Amino acid sequence: MPLRTLVEAINDALRCEMAADDRVILLGEDIGREGGVFRVTEGLQAVYGPQRVLDTPLAESGIAGMAIGMAIAGLRPVAEMQFMAFLYPAFDQITNHLGRMRNRSRGRFTCPLVLRAPCGGGIHPPEHHSESGEAILAHTPGIKVVLPSTPYDAKGLLISAIRDPDPVVFLEPERIYRAVRQEVPDGLYTVPIGQARVVQEGTDITVIGWGAMLREVNQAAETMRGEGVSVEVIDVRTISPLDVPTLITSVEKTGRAVVVHEAPRTCGFGAEIVAQINERALLSLQAPVERVTGFDTVFPLPQLEKYYMPTTARVVEAIRRVLAF
Amino acid sequence: MLLERYDPLKHEMVCILAPDGSCNAALRPALDDQHMREVYQQMWLLRLYDRKAVALQRQGRFGTYAQMEGQEACMIASVLPLQAQDWMVTTYRETGAMWRHGVPLKLLSLYWMGNEFGSQMPEGVRVLPISIPVGTHPLHAVGLAWAGKYRQDGSLAVTYFGDGATSEGDVHEAMNMAGVYQLPCIFFCQNNQYAISIPRHAQTASPTIAQKALAYGFPGVLVDGNDVLAIYAVMCEAVERARRGQGPTLIEAYTYRMGAHTTADDPTKYREDAEVEEWKSRDPLLRVQRYLQQRSQWSETWEQQMLAECTATVEQAMAEATAVPLPPPQDMFRYMYAEMTPQLIEQEAALLASLQHQGEGHATPHAR
Repeated sequence: MPLRTLVEAINDALRCEMAADDRVILLGEDIGREGGVFRVTEGLQAVYGPQRVLDTPLAESGIAGMAIGMAIAGLRPVAEMQFMAFLYPAFDQITNHLGRMRNRSRGRFTCPLVLRAPCGGGIHPPEHHSESGEAILAHTPGIKVVLPSTPYDAKGLLISAIRDPDPVVFLEPERIYRAVRQEVPDGLYTVPIGQARVVQEGTDITVIGWGAMLREVNQAAETMRGEGVSVEVIDVRTISPLDVPTLITSVEKTGRAVVVHEAPRTCGFGAEIVAQINERALLSLQAPVERVTGFDTVFPLPQLEKYYMPTTARVVEAIRRVLAF
Repeated sequence: MLLERYDPLKHEMVCILAPDGSCNAALRPALDDQHMREVYQQMWLLRLYDRKAVALQRQGRFGTYAQMEGQEACMIASVLPLQAQDWMVTTYRETGAMWRHGVPLKLLSLYWMGNEFGSQMPEGVRVLPISIPVGTHPLHAVGLAWAGKYRQDGSLAVTYFGDGATSEGDVHEAMNMAGVYQLPCIFFCQNNQYAISIPRHAQTASPTIAQKALAYGFPGVLVDGNDVLAIYAVMCEAVERARRGQGPTLIEAYTYRMGAHTTADDPTKYREDAEVEEWKSRDPLLRVQRYLQQRSQWSETWEQQMLAECTATVEQAMAEATAVPLPPPQDMFRYMYAEMTPQLIEQEAALLASLQHQGEGHATPHAR
């Protein structure tokens, strides 16, 4: 089975779906001739032509709004927002139209489209290239939000997203675009939206994360294993709709939990997860649930980046505190 | 071609039917007398509907309503050249255009009464629900037009917006993209002189709105927005251009909002009565009436009979909309996604249980 990076897996998903369905249209800035700033769409315009891989003018709201119209007309647009921070100009379209069209028209008009955007920090870029806005999107009714952490999941989830009858924002952790290779099958397969994945079973504590943070979470679990602690690791994979049962089943078993994300702390998606645990598994808890997160600060320029990002050490500390409670 | 002969940079405006009912015969489009009588009747239907809607709002039976009185020529004449396959994407002041393109008055009334089913367009009616965020929806028309071009199905998209919307970034992005991709998309701007209280001159330093099209690489034309013949003529050319693959057109229809912005607005705070009176003399209905009179196509008897028919149609639509039962609370949850998420299932159940507890039972989900 071929080994693929996250970038290659996403590219392969797009290639497979474009081959299978001529309603699938890619649009975005620099995605055609250049193959995108991260080369996610590399080679696709050469195969499918400028009619199906559109280099658009530099206008994120325009891209999202145009994709909405294309989807209503029955196409399956997959639009790239060059970076998460540049999705914000399109937020008007997302929150005022994309998430509402089905409801507003009582099902007559729908928006089966995908908005892809690289997200997260850790690649030492200029300002505005490290945002983690998943909680803002999860707070937006009518859309789904997916954030894979592995090449295998990325391909299967993106194919699911393209086929989904509703709009999906597909966030791609840019820090791990090329970090690892994983066996990713050729051809079409899907990973269902709305299902978390138990990465590693354990009995002492549940650590929940998503996207690039799974690296730190897995490393922390490995460290704790050396100390005789059995950590259950869960990759949320779909931010919205959240797979609550998988999280609750785990916490009921372990009685302890830590949630890890790199987005700012206040009203981060970790807060929702803690609330769900409190509502459904309070009496199973042996300790308060801890959050390891970014801070309520602007994401710093590269020289301070390492202090902002949750590290393996911070995750380990949190696990120890929760275990020692 | 009017689009070539009338230069927006010189502030030239296409006018065919004068306020006194006289007509520039050289430019008169092929709308025969029977068509003109129909147009006149349809404009009256809209005016009566509009007045009834305001009356119902005052009685608390309609929600906040955006009036269209004074803009009936735009509503009817711009739609005449369209075909059923063409998409229409509007803002909140195009109730009339939506009706003319196939949305029943009953549905439009249901919408203004506050029921989302008013935007569940009949199967095959290519009219998107009213878009309230100003200027955001022309992008949807661009996407629809792109799809039409991609499929080569001969369809086009027309989008309506006001003078205020032209200050919004999305309108710029929409026209720019339509120009880049040479899309079959028509931008129909109803310049009704005010965006709520802000007069047109305070909205943009551009002498006309039509001339903005030139910067996007396609034609723009200024047309008398109270002149059904001029609007019809330029719209026919724009439609023809779109069908031939010649790209988008911007039409600035120079008109006037006779009523308030919405039923929540008080226009006496920002405009003079004299200005309103002056525009009454340019009334789009009055000039068609005079036109028909001059062509011996009008009689008092016919007018009274026609108005009675319109009134009956309006009353029937309002009655039908009023007869629609209030929606159950489940409707809030049922149309968010193709399949309800576990969160929505749980939240719906919680609301229903709470209502049941309070003695307001809605526990039986209705069939979808």
